[in-house]
Amino acid sequence: MAINPKTIHSAKGYLFDARDLVVGFGDKIILDGVSVGLKRSEILGVVGPSGCGKSVLLRTLIGLVPRMSGQIRYFGRDIDRVAERDRRKIEKRWGVLFQHGALFSSLTVKENVQVPMREHLNISQKLMDELAELTISMVGLNPDAGAKYPSELSGGMIKRAALARALALNPDILFLDEPTSGLDPVSAANFDELMLNLQQTLGLSVFMVTHDLDSIFRTCSRLVILKDRKVLVDGELDTVLAFEDDWVQSYFGGKQARVEYTEDRDPGAIGAPT
Amino acid sequence: MILPSESMGETAEDAVGSMMSDRSDLGRVRGRAMIQLALVENGLRTQMDGTQFVLRPFGSWIVRNLGEVEDALEAAEFPSGGGVAVFDLAELERIDVAGAWLIHRAAKTLAARGSRLQFENIGRGARILLEEVAESDRDPILPEPEKVTARGMVESTGNSVTGAINDLVELVVFVGNVVTITFNMLRRESRLRMTSIIYHLELMGLNAVPIVMLITFVIGLIVSQQAIYQLRAFGAEQLAVNFIGIVILRELGVLLTAIMVAGRSGSSITAEVGAMRMREEIDAVNTLALDPVEVIVVPRLTALVIAVPILTFIGNMSALAAAALVSLFYGGIPIDVFIDRLRENVDFINFTRGMIKAPFMAFMIGVVAIMEGLRVGGSTDSLGRHTTAAVVKSIFLVIVVDGIFVVYYAFVDG
Repeated sequence: MAINPKTIHSAKGYLFDARDLVVGFGDKIILDGVSVGLKRSEILGVVGPSGCGKSVLLRTLIGLVPRMSGQIRYFGRDIDRVAERDRRKIEKRWGVLFQHGALFSSLTVKENVQVPMREHLNISQKLMDELAELTISMVGLNPDAGAKYPSELSGGMIKRAALARALALNPDILFLDEPTSGLDPVSAANFDELMLNLQQTLGLSVFMVTHDLDSIFRTCSRLVILKDRKVLVDGELDTVLAFEDDWVQSYFGGKQARVEYTEDRDPGAIGAPT
Repeated sequence: MILPSESMGETAEDAVGSMMSDRSDLGRVRGRAMIQLALVENGLRTQMDGTQFVLRPFGSWIVRNLGEVEDALEAAEFPSGGGVAVFDLAELERIDVAGAWLIHRAAKTLAARGSRLQFENIGRGARILLEEVAESDRDPILPEPEKVTARGMVESTGNSVTGAINDLVELVVFVGNVVTITFNMLRRESRLRMTSIIYHLELMGLNAVPIVMLITFVIGLIVSQQAIYQLRAFGAEQLAVNFIGIVILRELGVLLTAIMVAGRSGSSITAEVGAMRMREEIDAVNTLALDPVEVIVVPRLTALVIAVPILTFIGNMSALAAAALVSLFYGGIPIDVFIDRLRENVDFINFTRGMIKAPFMAFMIGVVAIMEGLRVGGSTDSLGRHTTAAVVKSIFLVIVVDGIFVVYYAFVDG
């Protein structure tokens, strides 16, 4: 029997594994047979031209957008076939950072972080306060940020606060929708650093939709490129960089050139032709 | 048989493992040596060994079991001070940030009591987590608790009074602003935004016709039924027509219409303008060298001032139609008699005195709605609060305006 290369990854070793997703609105197909999976402790970047359905893919994976066909397995279980109670349990094991933070504007940052704790954990208010403070501190916000309302925060602080809320239940999987968009390069670098740190200490697995080249090179261990409603290429950075496609080449153009440039400077490379 | 609380993947094994270890502990004596209930999967065993205090966390100290673990920590008795506190993490199966925090907190408490800390059998993951948690630990900033004092109560009363005065001042300033800008615009009529005005006329006028007709019709039915019923005792059913005609044309038609518009269009204006403020659209208007009053306020106000009198007229007619129907079927007054009596006894001035209020009420509704919209802050609940305030204030002001007219007419008529 021939093996479809797209569906080759088995559920083993994958935190989630989505196969042949078809998503569309009306008669417009956004994703046509997309398969992605996320392994433990990896940071997976999803890249693609604007409007190619990256965010839709993320929202489909977390169940916000209905899909026409395809199967999603979380922790080896088909999300369509688990009972409501188990579904909630799965949902508690992921954290989501939306593109614009999606903090509850009528609650302070600390209260925002405590929302999932209050709903899902049976712990005292004191411990909840301590954990919220801890999480806020871990994402690199100042202690006084906890008492502020989202409208009083800058863009970077909103992202950090939203990350703190996503981390509140110590999730296994973190979904990030353009985490560094709208941040200055220094804040973006700090954010990447923070993510790497969390990934290493907490063993987090990250699914990240992004446009930020620097962020990709700093953090991602694997890349998926979406184009024309399908997965164009899925693999490690080198594989993707070497992929023959106009869009990929022009997207990574700068970086690719830089890599070649450093290779040219290599003494062996210079010496070879002569 | 206790089922594992987690039945997903790897955790099932953990749970079974910890159950086994619990079984073997059942025989121990509860007391100084150990504090643990039978078959607890995740918790803490403590043991006093001379001057050495040993803490043995067991099971999964992860966020999902946090309630259980916290209870175990609460129940544990810590020595009053001195000696060595040993954290033996050998039986700890899983740990995450929340669990690490609890261990860190216990360690902090013991250290504060003068115990020397010592960690044993600590895995790499747990060590990293504990270091990370310790690094992020800092003194919490506690907000000052609000106290209810006599002084505070007086202050809040004072604040609401000055707030009401400020409201009034702001209202007058805003109205003045709108009026001057409108007159400036009228001089150069090209700046009057006809498209926008007509769009809002449709939204606030045309689309409101069915509901205004329905409400005034129903109220017309109710009032005329009551009038005829009460006057029947004196055999004066026909006089009911005078009463109904005057009360509808002078008061009811315009009041009901204005209240409907305040609830319908006032709230939508506030929500719309408020959302525009939240998404910085009003700032965008400003930076494009446009005047928000000109672009946002004047079209809506103009549309309201045109729409409400028309709606009032429609409402009046609808209520009178209802009155005629009730008179015919309930009072036994034929339609032509109804119309004759109306024409003889209800002067045209009653109609104009009702109608003249409509534009003033419309103006108040619009001004209050837009002002509240402009006050919306960054949060969603402020949007809700100001929308409520807009509707309540505009209905209140509609009634105040009506009262002012009543007083004025009383003086004019002597």
